[in-house]
Amino acid sequence: MDNNNVWRKDFPILDQKVNDEDLVYLDNAATTQKPKQVMSKVTDFYFSDYANVHRGVHTLAERSTEQFEAAREKVKNFIHAKSSKEVIFTKGATNSLNLVAQSYGENVHEGDEIVISYMEHHSNLIPWQQLALKKKATLKYIELTDDGQLDMEDAERKITDKTKIVSIAQASNVLGVINPVKKLAAIAHSHNAVMVVDGAQSIPNMPVDVTDLNCDFFAFSGHKMMAETGIGVLYGKQELLEQMSPVEFGGEMIEFVKKFDSSWNELPWKFEAGTPNIAGAISLGYAVDYLQSVGLDNIQKNTQEIVDYVLPKLIAIDDLEVYGPKDPANHTGVISFNLKGLHPHDLATGLDMEGVAVRAGHHCAQPLMEYLGLSATARASFYLYNTIDDADRLVEAIKATKEFFKNGTV
Amino acid sequence: MALSKMDNLYRQVILDHSDNPHHHGELPKSTNEIELKNPTCGDVLKLQLEVKDGVIKDAAFSGYGCTISQASASMMTDAVINKKVEDADNMVQVFSDMIIGDDVDTHVLGDAAVLQGVSKFPARIKCATLAWKALHRSLTNQSK
Repeated sequence: MDNNNVWRKDFPILDQKVNDEDLVYLDNAATTQKPKQVMSKVTDFYFSDYANVHRGVHTLAERSTEQFEAAREKVKNFIHAKSSKEVIFTKGATNSLNLVAQSYGENVHEGDEIVISYMEHHSNLIPWQQLALKKKATLKYIELTDDGQLDMEDAERKITDKTKIVSIAQASNVLGVINPVKKLAAIAHSHNAVMVVDGAQSIPNMPVDVTDLNCDFFAFSGHKMMAETGIGVLYGKQELLEQMSPVEFGGEMIEFVKKFDSSWNELPWKFEAGTPNIAGAISLGYAVDYLQSVGLDNIQKNTQEIVDYVLPKLIAIDDLEVYGPKDPANHTGVISFNLKGLHPHDLATGLDMEGVAVRAGHHCAQPLMEYLGLSATARASFYLYNTIDDADRLVEAIKATKEFFKNGTV
Repeated sequence: MALSKMDNLYRQVILDHSDNPHHHGELPKSTNEIELKNPTCGDVLKLQLEVKDGVIKDAAFSGYGCTISQASASMMTDAVINKKVEDADNMVQVFSDMIIGDDVDTHVLGDAAVLQGVSKFPARIKCATLAWKALHRSLTNQSK
């Protein structure tokens, strides 16, 4: 193991053998592992302070509420929102994007346009596709350049005065590219459209300032940034959230309920019906603490070192096709590839036998796969606890698997 | 090394079926046709059968998928051609039991019995069962 990685010891799950080999976890774009610092505090919360939030006058309810709202404040500071009223807790990025589509989507009418791109995850595609179908609006896709980057000239063409919503991922979950969402927000605003950013892949890996990006909505999941599953965030500009109607009704989100009419609680609780994922939100607050203690610049630096090292090595393997930009400087820690003549599931099984965990499949991006003329790819994604040794293990395991299928079996 | 554990998954006969699949293509006189997708991996399998007088006279498959799913489809078509519909559907059950590791008599399956090794790789069971699931669906639609 690489002794230079000081964070690895915080993740006990990594210290195990899988199929008799030391585990190399490279499925971080799907979900990240959890540090002791986060999980022990969640356990402490359950064992010392847990009760429902915003409901009781008793001491535990007060403590629980205080920690829940403190987590919101941490998230607010982390993404540089202007107010914690702009931070809505959801189940995850998918839930956040659906909320925008269902609520803000009421502003979309027949003949209007919604603009997304070919590299969107299904969670940033189907909500808009379904909204467009329901409203008889037009869904438009921004094209990609040959090396898998967003074609900004096409973006300029596709976003028009008819466009009401532009929704783009800040970082791709397949191609390993970063999209210029600040520029896209400026283009969208010049046509009076709102800019929605799917931040699920970017926020664990790079500093995000929603005020600087000037996006109108920003969606992300906790589990991809070392928090628990089932918690996520929708950031929205306060003036937009104020005008929007809730899409779920029940406890917590109301002000007064009468027999035939109700009025809504103020932001952000207007959008948080029912008992929220209290411990999940608190885990997200502690994950933010952990990310800040490590420093996002250090996370970026570690990933960049690995990508600088491994991308040329992968490209150099005969019969290995690597998708997305070939220049490591334009590449995040997400690298998709295929061995010629071998289905990615067979490749992933081979890597798993060597202890290397990667994703194989369509990565919830079927229109992208079709656009690239593929049915599926394998994908390795690196994070702060990964090392150059892990990168070497990946390269060796790919070579061994290639050999296995070429010269075979007994 | 650990890759040797895959020998039971990728037996030579499985690789042969995958590289040179039997009954791959389209049937001119298909009576039963079905297209199944594996939503987790995007694989697609189209199965065509020619059923006459309660007997599967011919079978063919097309689409794309991994080594295991392609080999399984090839072996399945080999195994069920000239079988009675009810016998073929019974083979679906035998295969399903075998693939989850149950101790069953697999001789009726022919080559397909070598896929028994897949039971040790839970993530790949769906790959092996896709073709048999397609067979079952197309046969049960026929009987309606």
